Amino acid sequence: MSASPAPLGPFQDNLPRRHRLGAVWQWIFFAATIIGIFVLSALLLDILNESFGYVALEARVDPDTLAVDGVPLEDLPKEELIRILQDSLSASAFNKLNDEKPFEERSQANVYDLVIERVVKYKVLETWSLWESLIHSDEIRAQAAEEFPQAELRFVSWLTVETIRRPQSSEAVNAGVRTAILGSLWTIAITILVAFPLGVGAAIYLEEYARDDWLNRLIRTNINNLAGVPSIIYGILGLAIFVRALERLTSGAVFGLVNPTTANGRTILSAGLTLALLILPLIIINAQEAIRAVPQSLRKASLGIGATKWQTIWAHVLPNALPGILTGTILAVSRAIGETAPLVVVGASTAISFDPNLFSRFTTLPIQIYQWTSRPQGEWRHLAAAAILILLTLLLSLNATAIVLRNRYTKRF
Amino acid sequence: MDTLDNRYVIQARNLGIYYGDFKAVTDVNMDIERNKITAIIGPSGCGKSTLLRAFNRMNELVPGARAEGQVFFDGEDLYAKGVDPVEVRHRIGMVFQKPNPFPKSIYENIAWGARIHGFRGNMDKLVEHSLRQAALWDEVKDILHRSGLALSGGQQQRLCIARAIAVQPEVILMDEPASALDPIATLKIEELMQDLKKDYTIVIVTHNMQQAARVSDYTAMMMLVNDGSRAGTVIEFGETTKIFTRPSDKRTEDYVTGRFG
Repeated sequence: MSASPAPLGPFQDNLPRRHRLGAVWQWIFFAATIIGIFVLSALLLDILNESFGYVALEARVDPDTLAVDGVPLEDLPKEELIRILQDSLSASAFNKLNDEKPFEERSQANVYDLVIERVVKYKVLETWSLWESLIHSDEIRAQAAEEFPQAELRFVSWLTVETIRRPQSSEAVNAGVRTAILGSLWTIAITILVAFPLGVGAAIYLEEYARDDWLNRLIRTNINNLAGVPSIIYGILGLAIFVRALERLTSGAVFGLVNPTTANGRTILSAGLTLALLILPLIIINAQEAIRAVPQSLRKASLGIGATKWQTIWAHVLPNALPGILTGTILAVSRAIGETAPLVVVGASTAISFDPNLFSRFTTLPIQIYQWTSRPQGEWRHLAAAAILILLTLLLSLNATAIVLRNRYTKRF
Repeated sequence: MDTLDNRYVIQARNLGIYYGDFKAVTDVNMDIERNKITAIIGPSGCGKSTLLRAFNRMNELVPGARAEGQVFFDGEDLYAKGVDPVEVRHRIGMVFQKPNPFPKSIYENIAWGARIHGFRGNMDKLVEHSLRQAALWDEVKDILHRSGLALSGGQQQRLCIARAIAVQPEVILMDEPASALDPIATLKIEELMQDLKKDYTIVIVTHNMQQAARVSDYTAMMMLVNDGSRAGTVIEFGETTKIFTRPSDKRTEDYVTGRFG
């Protein structure tokens, strides 16, 4: 500091203090970022920790006793496996399986799965997390041998291809999220189809056409307020409007798809429409921001060569606002995918074992996760962790697709 | 109507312009001659740009703006009932203070305007012709599909002029077209204006009195009215040489000689 000139007149030499203050704030911001990253990592690690680990499984029928002539169960020919099923199941249960899909058409692997599910009937006695399984594997072995001498100790991944492919089941080892994934995808498709055009349309009207009078200011303020309304309220709204008042439409009775006397509005269509209402304000607000960010000079340039208002909007305002509109839509849709509360009110079921369609009862991934985590048995918690990983992957891949599409179709000059 | 004459392309009669309750421009009467350059000069905030925008109804984009009196364009009142402002802006084009090319290719910048007006001819020829008229062709002929925003400020402004020309207007209004440019780019724009007046009538608002003296044939001097209303009006209008050498109004003389404003 000796080289610097002495402070003059009314100014005091406070430069070191100002630099120190700046450094302190930089550290505070850095710490905030680190805390955020730490919390997110902890969340992800916890989920991973629950998704893998040892389980103690007890079979009702030991698969070794089912082996024929020393050939292990999984290597038995299909006919042999069918015979085992026929012997162990009641005639009606066997015929039901045959009705679902004739045995002649089923593969050996499929019949083997049926034998495991229906005859061997593994039951989960105890589960351990990934951390415990890795660190205390010897203690776990000893404990399992002592407490469950009949049981088989296995290291399993709760997240498997089977978890994704299988529908809901009453046994954790057989349960999967196929119906929940399909329910989520159906619901979100309806949500996007309804909320995107409505939201962008309303935003264009409010930003480009509406005069700045008290009525429109009131509408704008209230759209902002709507974005802050708790999602459960939208659920109640959806219940009143889509499930009850519009039951004939949302149940599919209008189209003659279901018997009007048993029609029920608690369908995927109702859920999708309810979520569309929920994210509509978010999409409108984001699209408004994006449209407002298009420079006024561009509108003037277009109008100045004699373009109509619509030509200006279509050729200049919308293409330039599109990246912003799509970013807002991606955020809003991500929120909709994770919503649980309004769907509970609208009447999502939890145990769905068939592939849903537009007018069927449904469940979604968050509902399934919520339901599984609230069960007392430990194994469902592990399955829920696997379902959370699937939900996160689904969310990330949907967002990634949207971002790639956005970057490809918005040519930047 | 008095003085209807094919010499004049735009004739303002008792033109007043309001923003809400505020009267920004009052009592303007001026005749703009065909194929000449008319400059509007005056101190800041006296309503030069407002008056210019009234000539192609761009003022209406400002909420609450309205005009009284008449503006005759080829003898027809632009503010009469049933006149479509979109058509007005097609025939009276505009170039803005800050270059504002579309964020599209150079080619598209020119072609888009022609296309929306239903141009049926050879688009490549039109683009070339417009860029040549705007003295930009030689600089961009090999990069027509590059972004208009990649050009320098002066080139962008000439692109905007080419864009205005491409829809074949009769009049081009220029709102301080060179104020954001360096002296060399400014000189190019000024030379370009001299070429363009063979085919178009140009009205230019400028802060730069030397520019007005250099380029224009006629000059309108605007000033706030001296009655406390804060409205601007044209206090003197005539041949540029006369305005700059023998002004009849004392205020004009003070302004152009630099003693005021």
